[in-house]
Amino acid sequence: MKVLMSGNEAIARGAYEEGVRFAAAYPGTPSTEILEEFCKYDGVYAEWSPNEKVAVEVTIGAALAGEKALAVMKHVGVNVAADPIFTVSYTGTNGALVIVSADDPSLHSSQNEQDNRNYARFAKIPMLEPADAQEAKEYIKLAFEISEKFDTPVFLRTTTRVSHSKAVVTLTEPKKYDDKTGFTYNADKYVMVPINARTQRVEVEKRQQALKIFVETFPENKMEINNPDVGIITAGMPYNYAKEVFPDYSYLKLGMVYPLPEKLIHDFTSKVKIVYVIEELDPFLEEQIKAMGIKVIGKEIFPYNNEFDPGIIKNAIEKKTQGAVSPYKETLSPRPPNLCPGCPHRGLFYALSKSKAYVHGDIGCYTLSYMKPLEGLHSCICMGASIGMAHGMSKALKEKGKGKVVGVIGDSTFLHSGITPLLNMAYNNSDALIIILDNSTTAMTGMQEHPGTGFTLMGKEAKKVDLKVLVSALGIQHIKVIDPLDLKATRSAIKEELAKHGPSVIIAQRPCVLFKRANIKPKPALKVDPDKCEGCKSCLGLNCPPISWKKGVTKKGSKRKGISFIDETLCNGCGLCQQVCKFGAIS
Amino acid sequence: MVDNEVKSILFAGVGGQGILRASDIICEAIMEAGLDVKKSEVHGMAQRGGCVTSHIRYGKKVYSPLAESGSIQTLVSFEKMEALRYLKSLRKDAAIIVNTEEIYPPAVNMGDAPYPDDVIAFLKEHYGKVIHFNAAELAQKAGNIKTANVVLLGAISNLMTIDQSIWQSVIKKSFPEKLVKMNLAAFQMGIAA
Repeated sequence: MKVLMSGNEAIARGAYEEGVRFAAAYPGTPSTEILEEFCKYDGVYAEWSPNEKVAVEVTIGAALAGEKALAVMKHVGVNVAADPIFTVSYTGTNGALVIVSADDPSLHSSQNEQDNRNYARFAKIPMLEPADAQEAKEYIKLAFEISEKFDTPVFLRTTTRVSHSKAVVTLTEPKKYDDKTGFTYNADKYVMVPINARTQRVEVEKRQQALKIFVETFPENKMEINNPDVGIITAGMPYNYAKEVFPDYSYLKLGMVYPLPEKLIHDFTSKVKIVYVIEELDPFLEEQIKAMGIKVIGKEIFPYNNEFDPGIIKNAIEKKTQGAVSPYKETLSPRPPNLCPGCPHRGLFYALSKSKAYVHGDIGCYTLSYMKPLEGLHSCICMGASIGMAHGMSKALKEKGKGKVVGVIGDSTFLHSGITPLLNMAYNNSDALIIILDNSTTAMTGMQEHPGTGFTLMGKEAKKVDLKVLVSALGIQHIKVIDPLDLKATRSAIKEELAKHGPSVIIAQRPCVLFKRANIKPKPALKVDPDKCEGCKSCLGLNCPPISWKKGVTKKGSKRKGISFIDETLCNGCGLCQQVCKFGAIS
Repeated sequence: MVDNEVKSILFAGVGGQGILRASDIICEAIMEAGLDVKKSEVHGMAQRGGCVTSHIRYGKKVYSPLAESGSIQTLVSFEKMEALRYLKSLRKDAAIIVNTEEIYPPAVNMGDAPYPDDVIAFLKEHYGKVIHFNAAELAQKAGNIKTANVVLLGAISNLMTIDQSIWQSVIKKSFPEKLVKMNLAAFQMGIAA
């Protein structure tokens, strides 16, 4: 049967067809849909773990129990999970373990564009890279086969264009689940104390050698000899872009990007005159091929940053600098993503911006508040960083920073990696204020459950962590719970907590407006009374999508140049603008 | 269609307009018609008012889900000014379908930038085939403003060679039963527009 599937849906399907019944992940674009799809299949166990490190450890445990286990994360999630990954490479997996790394060239929804192929080489773990949804479905199966055969974790790397593109996929009959679970005792192999790790270190090199032989005949490393003048070595999505614009050149398409099939590469390059290595981001293949003594053209003509498209490849090879041009020469207003109408973060950041504090941000929708006019935060590095950074800045600034340093972090992000830095704040005692933006869900990635929501990925009711009790247990004494859509109470809570000695935590609680289970009934849309509006633009400071300001609507006897309007189709009546308006013009 | 010619369509608009759903439907219809098809879009922050685009590519065998800049044959712009943002992607003889509904970007809302005027006149000056209508109003007539995406599908179906019966059956499969009638009506509105 043929169906239209995204790369992510195809990975979930492929794992299921392979007989995989165990998976763990933390949501992150562009990887999230893999587990959301996988959990729908019969007989599977799938969980959102609180972070990627936990997800990998959970799957290592399952693999040790004999399961074929799947761990899924976005590229930066692999950084979080790197610790167990580097050592499970030594122990091997017993059952099978595949780690999906979904990379994000062009940083569509990420804080960096690291090339995770480097992890394969760094951790000595083989890596497959599919080019479309059909391959994604097949490669996840091959990844499990290789894991079982070589007793090694295996990476499957996708990029945003593979994960989020849809293509026609042929489904096959799923294998029957083969229950091999049980206890395996082998302390020499699984207890990584130095004496055992030294032995396993040697085993890793033996495995590397065996894999190097295996890849020479791995059928997904495909050679297509057409026009012998030009040969292209590539992998993943760039293969499709290149085939599109240069269908007649010769190709070596690598299905496995680590380790490389050195003999096959020598064989291919001896059959063609010029060799281009086409790869997004780092010269990962190029440097290894050059180290084999082969002359290739790579990053001297292809960009080292951002994703490619067919045009970029064509222009680079044909040495064209000018691409397609638009007949429209005016500048168009951009449409940056914005907080939704009625978003509880808007109230919090509006109040916070009035406090003049230095705000360390974190990863989530609320990062969008950094833009004008809210300008709600001043730094953002990675998941959980806000708390440690606020603590560090507060310590460094001493008296100068008193009452002026804040960290903001979402509920899911706090549970991901905010607990230990908050424990540190209580332990090493700084004066910073931490605000947990508790919207009851993982909003940015599309409403995933977490340990604070009371439900699991599989839809079962679960133990729900009480943030106030948790924060208190970490040793924080000043804790306040507020509703961020109540501006007056939010402002005074921020003022009071900033004035206190020692660390404080404010929990700003209100569900995300898009969160279906919260069942938020929108209130009637608000209206601006044109007779009362003075055109002062205060409400525009909220940057709420329905609010606009139009020139030329003047009231008799007033100096105003225009007035505010509210688009009633977008407004959900949250009432923030009403609280901001000094003239009582909004009702 | 020329033997191995791959055709490219670009959907463009604003987060929340149902662009991704519409691109799913058109791809299902193309697949049902027996052709290879790939599509690509970037989502994640799409619900939050940002620009959304979806590339749809079809033919006998499709490699890339992204079209080469300057090669797209058909643009369906779900919002009026958004049509101007992607002209670089189009062939000179491209057909353009425009929903004339206006959704203001933040700078226009703030009164800091004008909304471009004469969008349609500009497009007509540079492109041979420009089809424009207010899809939101037609959707309202069909029963709900949210069906504007299906109205636009009706309009593009006029430019494709896929049987009406395929469109109908794909639309039926794409919506819960109680919404099918309204969406079929919206599709017809687009055909007639």
